[in-house]
Amino acid sequence: MPVKTNIEALRETLAAEMRRDPTIVITGEDVGRRGGVFRATEGLYAEFGPSRVIDSPLSELSIAGVGIGLALNGIRPICEIQFADFIHPAFNQIVNEAAKMRYRSNATFTVPMLIRAPYGGGISGALYHSQSIEAFFCHVPGLYVLAPSTPYDTAGLLRTALRSPDPVLFLEHKKLYRSVKGEVPDGDFFVPVGLADVKAAGDDLTIISYGLMMHESLKAAEALTREDISVEVIDLRTLSPLDKDTILTSVKKTGKVLIVHEDNLTGGLGGEIAAIISEQAFEHLDGPVTRVAGPDVPAMPFSHPLQDFFMPDAEKIAAAARRLAAY
Amino acid sequence: MPTQVIMPKLGESVVEGTVGRWLVGEGQPVKEYEPLLAVTTDKVDTEVPAPATGILLKIYVAEGQTVAAGALLAEIGEAGEQPSGGVDASGVHGGAAPAATPAAPAGRPSATPLAQRLAAEHGIDLADVPAAAPGGKVTREDVEAFLAATGSTDEDALQSDALRAYAPRAGAPRSLGFISPAVGRLAAEMGVDLAQVVGTGAGGRITKKDVLAYVATPAPRGEESLGRAPASDELPPWERPGSGDLFKPTEEMGREAPAPVQRSAGGPTRPAGLTLDSELAPMSAIRRSIARHMVDSKQTSPHVTTVMEADLMRVVQARERLKGEFERQGVRLTFTPFFVQAVVAGLKAVPEANSSFTEEGLLVHRRIHVGMAVAIAEGLIVPVIRDADERSLLGLSRVVNDLAERARAKQLAPDEVQGGTFTLTNHGTAGSLFAAPIINQPQAGILGVGAIQKRAVVLSKGHPLLPDAEDAIAIRPMAYLSFTFDHRILDGRSADAFLEAVVSYLEAYSPKAS
Repeated sequence: MPVKTNIEALRETLAAEMRRDPTIVITGEDVGRRGGVFRATEGLYAEFGPSRVIDSPLSELSIAGVGIGLALNGIRPICEIQFADFIHPAFNQIVNEAAKMRYRSNATFTVPMLIRAPYGGGISGALYHSQSIEAFFCHVPGLYVLAPSTPYDTAGLLRTALRSPDPVLFLEHKKLYRSVKGEVPDGDFFVPVGLADVKAAGDDLTIISYGLMMHESLKAAEALTREDISVEVIDLRTLSPLDKDTILTSVKKTGKVLIVHEDNLTGGLGGEIAAIISEQAFEHLDGPVTRVAGPDVPAMPFSHPLQDFFMPDAEKIAAAARRLAAY
Repeated sequence: MPTQVIMPKLGESVVEGTVGRWLVGEGQPVKEYEPLLAVTTDKVDTEVPAPATGILLKIYVAEGQTVAAGALLAEIGEAGEQPSGGVDASGVHGGAAPAATPAAPAGRPSATPLAQRLAAEHGIDLADVPAAAPGGKVTREDVEAFLAATGSTDEDALQSDALRAYAPRAGAPRSLGFISPAVGRLAAEMGVDLAQVVGTGAGGRITKKDVLAYVATPAPRGEESLGRAPASDELPPWERPGSGDLFKPTEEMGREAPAPVQRSAGGPTRPAGLTLDSELAPMSAIRRSIARHMVDSKQTSPHVTTVMEADLMRVVQARERLKGEFERQGVRLTFTPFFVQAVVAGLKAVPEANSSFTEEGLLVHRRIHVGMAVAIAEGLIVPVIRDADERSLLGLSRVVNDLAERARAKQLAPDEVQGGTFTLTNHGTAGSLFAAPIINQPQAGILGVGAIQKRAVVLSKGHPLLPDAEDAIAIRPMAYLSFTFDHRILDGRSADAFLEAVVSYLEAYSPKAS
């Protein structure tokens, strides 16, 4: 099976999907001739031409608005937000229009739009190139939020998302673009939306994570194995809707849960997961549902030591897991 | 929920402690971090601070009782709150009840129901049973101690009818700590009595894994054990008998639910010869420890004491000269650091004096850790100056003062009274001229410093023994140095070589050399 990086899996799947479905168009800043700042759309302009790979103005509001208009007219747009940090001007279009369209039109209109947004820190991107924005959008019904962490999941979820009748926010962790490699089968395969993946099985406690933090959690789990602490690691993959079954099944097995995300703590996804567990698996808890998350500071600092302080990592995760295991 | 006061683990190898004195009474307010009780171990005395602010709801472990580290000592909570760790085994809530009870008529001492029942079962007159509690109320412990002392008991009898019938009802279940939802549900589903499960979680909490492990272990909770189990298992943790295995690694002992340490000397036993003409003064843990160490040492080493005299003129001069300078640096300069330096000089001259005797051979220590005996109100304690040879006079002064102060304030950590390789005792401070100190095992010797006195001495440059025209009589500050050594390690010649080196160092003292 071919081994690919996340960015390769993404690019190749985009190209394959565009070949399959002639209604797919890509729009965003520098997605055309330049191939995107992360080279996610490299070669697509050459292959599919300016009518399907469209460089947009520097206006996220317009990128999302154009996408919604295309989607309502039988085109399947892929809107690239160059950095997720820039998505906020498009918030109104995404939340008020795209996410509510099916509901307010009684399913007369739907918005089959895919929004790709590179997110996350740890890449010295500082304030405006490091944000995690998932919590804002997971709050919004009518929107799928995906955050794959491996090349396989990236390809499989992207393929599924490009068949979705409703808007999808597709989050790609920038640090994982080239730092992670994995096997990706040739041909069409699908990872279902709304299904989490148990990336490591264990008995003593469950770590629930996604994105870059999933990989840090795996590292922590590996270290803890040597200390005889058996850790189960769940990769959510889909952040909205959450795969409650996988979460609850694991909680019932281990009784102890550590939720890890890079997004800051307050109002983050961890709080929602903790609430679900507390409501639906209370009698199975053998320790406090614990969170490791980015601190509640306004933004990712540029200074390296401060960035390290901000970012949860395998060591911080292992420390929290150790405490929880000993509880 | 009340906050539990737990017997701290007061050192790496210290697994038990004796409650010396409660500094706060039941029902009285306590403040977090303020001293709550004094704890003595065989190494050190210390005070345990209150872990929370509130009212001292209940004291579980009486003064003089020895329990393992981790044992529940007391509970602190809000006024009016019920202690969670349970009612005491007698079935009488502590605190208010005894005070409200009118004094029992003479000859018929007040006793808890359980004590009365036990006494009746064993045919004991309760008037014979001394009460350990301050209120004079005879408790089950008192009866048991009495039975143990008079030899009229056996385990089974104690565990038998009275307790089995009574304890589960009167004695509350042992404190199980926090029961998580998962543990509660599992226990209910599987019919597990959580009191039987050993907790390995934080603070001895029973975890889900503990329950599963308990269920998975077929072990000894068959029919036969069920017969006698309830009595002991219903008892609070600090009252359950120990497993009897004294040679377990200490980590394991700490993990277990606190088991009481069986003490033959514990409890109000009656020594032979106790008549109306004498009274029995309870022995403190430190007194007991000193007694044991002294007897052990005398039985271990053949002690020999040799004495020399030292002219301390130069030392006294140096001290007078340096005192002010040291004071400006906040350090009080005593004679002790000079003697520590002299000991170091002696040990360097005769390394065998810094050794321990073993059957395999002489363990000669490369590092010099000098213990210094400090008299405290309760007895004697010997904090250790580590690497005494690596310290300046100023550094030694700081360490000596610090250790002495904290020894008197009972703030020494157990590790600070261990590991000495030689001991210095300054018995002269109380006027003693010379003494034959006892070796602090497993060291090779101990140096005693007598009182420094002005004495008339003959200074001579002529014939060493015969009177000579060059002789002069001078007044000098003199002290006798007594060196007790282990004759298995040192002989007269080597011991005197050590002492001679000490004396020479002191007589030739020059601060520059320090």
